[in-house]
Amino acid sequence: MSLIAVDPIEMGAPQVDGEPLSYLNDGHGLRSWLLTKDHKRIAILYLITVSTFFVIGGIFALLVRINLLSPNGVFDADTYNRLFTAHGIVMVFFFLVPAVPAILGNFLLPIMIGAKDLAFPKINLLSWYMYMLGATFGLIAIIAGGVDTGWTFYTPYSTSYSNSNVLLAGIGIFIVGFSSILTGLNFIVTTHTMRAPGMTWFRLPLFVWGQYATALVIMLATPVLAITVSLMALERIAHVGIFDPAMGGDPVLFQHMFWFYSHPAVYIMVLPAMGVVSELIANMSRKNVFGYKFVAMSSLAIAVFGFLVWGHHLFVSTQSVYLGLIFSFLSYAVAIPSAIKVFNWTATLYKGSISYDTPMLYGLGFIGLFLIGGMTGLYVAALGIDVHVTDTYFVIAHFHYVMVGGSLMGFLGGMHLWWGKMTGRQYPEYWARAAMVIQFVGFNLTFFPQFILGYLGMPRRYAAYPPEFQVLHVLSTAGASILGIGMLITIVYFIWSLKNGKRAPANPWGASGLEWRTSSPPPTENFYETPIVTWEAYEFAPIESMQVLGYPGDSSRSTQPVPKEHGTED
Amino acid sequence: MMLGKFILGMSWMLPEQASTYAPEVDNLYLFLVGTTIFFTVLISAAILYFFVKFRRRSESEVPRPVAGSMVLETAWTVIPFFISIGMFAWGAKIYLDQYTIPNDAQDIYVVAKQWMWKFQHPEGQREINELHIPVGKKIRFVMATEDVIHSFYIPAFRIKEDVVPGPNRYSTVWAEATMTGTFHIFCAEYCGTSHSGMIGWVTVMDDKDYQAWLSGGAAQGSMAERGANLFQQFGCITCHKSDGSGQCPKLEGKYGTMETLQGGEKVLIDDSYIRESILSPLAKIVAGYQPIMPSFQGQASEEQLQMLIAYIKSIGPAAAAAPGAGGGSSKISPPGMNPAAQRPPIMSTGGASMIAPVGQPAQPVQAPPQSQK
Ligand SMILES: [Cu+2]
Ligand SMILES: [Cu+2]
Repeated sequence: MSLIAVDPIEMGAPQVDGEPLSYLNDGHGLRSWLLTKDHKRIAILYLITVSTFFVIGGIFALLVRINLLSPNGVFDADTYNRLFTAHGIVMVFFFLVPAVPAILGNFLLPIMIGAKDLAFPKINLLSWYMYMLGATFGLIAIIAGGVDTGWTFYTPYSTSYSNSNVLLAGIGIFIVGFSSILTGLNFIVTTHTMRAPGMTWFRLPLFVWGQYATALVIMLATPVLAITVSLMALERIAHVGIFDPAMGGDPVLFQHMFWFYSHPAVYIMVLPAMGVVSELIANMSRKNVFGYKFVAMSSLAIAVFGFLVWGHHLFVSTQSVYLGLIFSFLSYAVAIPSAIKVFNWTATLYKGSISYDTPMLYGLGFIGLFLIGGMTGLYVAALGIDVHVTDTYFVIAHFHYVMVGGSLMGFLGGMHLWWGKMTGRQYPEYWARAAMVIQFVGFNLTFFPQFILGYLGMPRRYAAYPPEFQVLHVLSTAGASILGIGMLITIVYFIWSLKNGKRAPANPWGASGLEWRTSSPPPTENFYETPIVTWEAYEFAPIESMQVLGYPGDSSRSTQPVPKEHGTED
Repeated sequence: MMLGKFILGMSWMLPEQASTYAPEVDNLYLFLVGTTIFFTVLISAAILYFFVKFRRRSESEVPRPVAGSMVLETAWTVIPFFISIGMFAWGAKIYLDQYTIPNDAQDIYVVAKQWMWKFQHPEGQREINELHIPVGKKIRFVMATEDVIHSFYIPAFRIKEDVVPGPNRYSTVWAEATMTGTFHIFCAEYCGTSHSGMIGWVTVMDDKDYQAWLSGGAAQGSMAERGANLFQQFGCITCHKSDGSGQCPKLEGKYGTMETLQGGEKVLIDDSYIRESILSPLAKIVAGYQPIMPSFQGQASEEQLQMLIAYIKSIGPAAAAAPGAGGGSSKISPPGMNPAAQRPPIMSTGGASMIAPVGQPAQPVQAPPQSQK
């Protein structure tokens, strides 16, 4: 067999308690985790907390779907309004925005560029604490009575009418925003200054390009969210008239400010997942990404154009007709770079060596769902159609295809591709494939009927609805249950594999990229010797020649000593 | 056969087409459905074909790299771009039609509040969560809200417009019903606890039934007549004297004309401007007058404001030119004169009267482009 299947212990790697020495056992106890400056450990902290919020948000989603089984609703309207608000806030701000950057980005970005850590390790830890603080505020807001404004907080309802915990939630979102800003700053500086020798910009994995573009968007957009939330708080507490016309404000101004952040936020959620998908497709078909530069540049194009389309959320908000025309046109423009990505991913498969393992299934699942999400974006960008479908289930279905079908598929695909790298254990392949298929079917059954519901006129955020919509709602809830079961299976086998999974080799996939040239899991410094990059991105060598760089047990490099600093680190 | 008819009839995927606008929207929608299904199937088929054809045959297989192709990259950038432009233009055309309000539309006044829809007909009928309109007539909805943002949505008409609070705006949208029947009215913008209860029905009637319905309603006088009473009650009449001798501008013959403000700016006197002048009178002072008018914010209800506007409209230029044509309702207008034609056409998603489209029939005063405030 090839080198990639060799167990690191058998290779003679240094051991701790029968496990190969790695960042995971380099320091024990809660303290060593909570005060860690290692980007990989911080990624694990994020993984635990962000996944917890995903489960919480998912439970709210199921409750929402349960309510919609009956035209009269199962819960009372106030409860339902709090449920969908909690689902939105938790999923957007506490799961989707941090998921890929803070977990996979934190773990992989330094390794992929051949660095020992991010540029500012302490700030990285600080950003996790800020996330925790913000998320705690959010959670308190939800537990102590909830919020009933929807995640969009439209004024003047949120500032002058709602009797719910708007302020607490606002504070939470404000703080979490700064957590992402710090992460973004770290990524940008790291990518600029800490690339290994030979790692030129166009040798960067597309995952890094995706993270970099995302970090730019985070840095430029999130401050506007902070300002918007602050002004909302100011109006709510001090009755300074900014958005409420009764106090001399303008409610549509809020919508402009909110979407100036929240449209780019869609790209904060989906761009990093697109980066993941490039890795999934390339590595699982052992093919160089077709049109690498076009895929890389399309990330930047999306980041730039993404700032110019916020007004497409205001086509019926009494915004000027001419602004509507401009925003509609620009929204079509931003569709092009996404289309370029899809075409290039498809072309990458051509003459590849396509693996049927789970990461590839998620990669293709992403393309399939993102295709539908992107294509239906063309509907809502069309002014005449958007007037009819905005604020209906059509829009709900559209953005769930983009954000769940896209971001979540990308995130899960990445988790499977790098699970062995992160934990040292492989997930069970059979169960993972089954779960992926269940999720894919469940997802489509949940959200496809919602397109039809929306075009038929079913408005969003309705606790009760006319009976003719019930059949489609029941189908959707059935799909959500299947999706929930699929997610549960994934969560169970991931946890199960931590103890019982097969030990992961350094490169289980025969993949290309620096993260596969170090052990699984990597040592605290990521590499046994500083890598010198002499190859292009996605150059797949024959498997036998893919070695761990400077790996202590590597017979082809028998002269390499164990790095001195490693054993002495505490 | 049945199934084919079901699919072709598309009653499961399209709501009833009950307005002139509905088939236009649906045609674009179906074009998009066709186009996007075509490309989705094309790309999915390519992926599935590659997925099977190029499956991994041995564990150590490493395929040869494939170089990129400038031709392909250009093709799949340029082709989607042109298709997108087409979609954009088509969608824009429909949108412009929808928001260019025809000048022969009849008005229905709408007040949204948590959680109901209140309607007033110029003839004086008032309804809650129910609306009766005639088929085949262009209807302009002039909408205000008493509290938060709501959104007026009639799926069967494919129209939707947010009703945004604020002293200086009415939201306006129009529709022409093409079939009789009863259709949903929804509030589409989340507005609090009973958002999903803020629903109603619009009943489209043929003209005869509608006239019968109008005459069967409560006879408290037309909106304009009630507005005339309010004009006295609120004391407006003491300053806005009809002979022009008061401290405030006279309002006769003014609706739909241009007014010059202090500082020389010109403004069109339309529903939104009158509303703003009543609620925040100091915002736009007519040249040559003192800023002495008090605000009626909190005193005049949204319905009363609409009555006042109906009154001022009824004493507009058309009425002035034909003395005795008071009331402002279509029923008592002199023959051959359409009172709605007094109003200049506005193209607006609500707020201000912004643009007078070129190529419209002659107006009392041609309104130049202008912005609110
Ligand atoms: Cu957007
Ligand atoms: Cu409402």
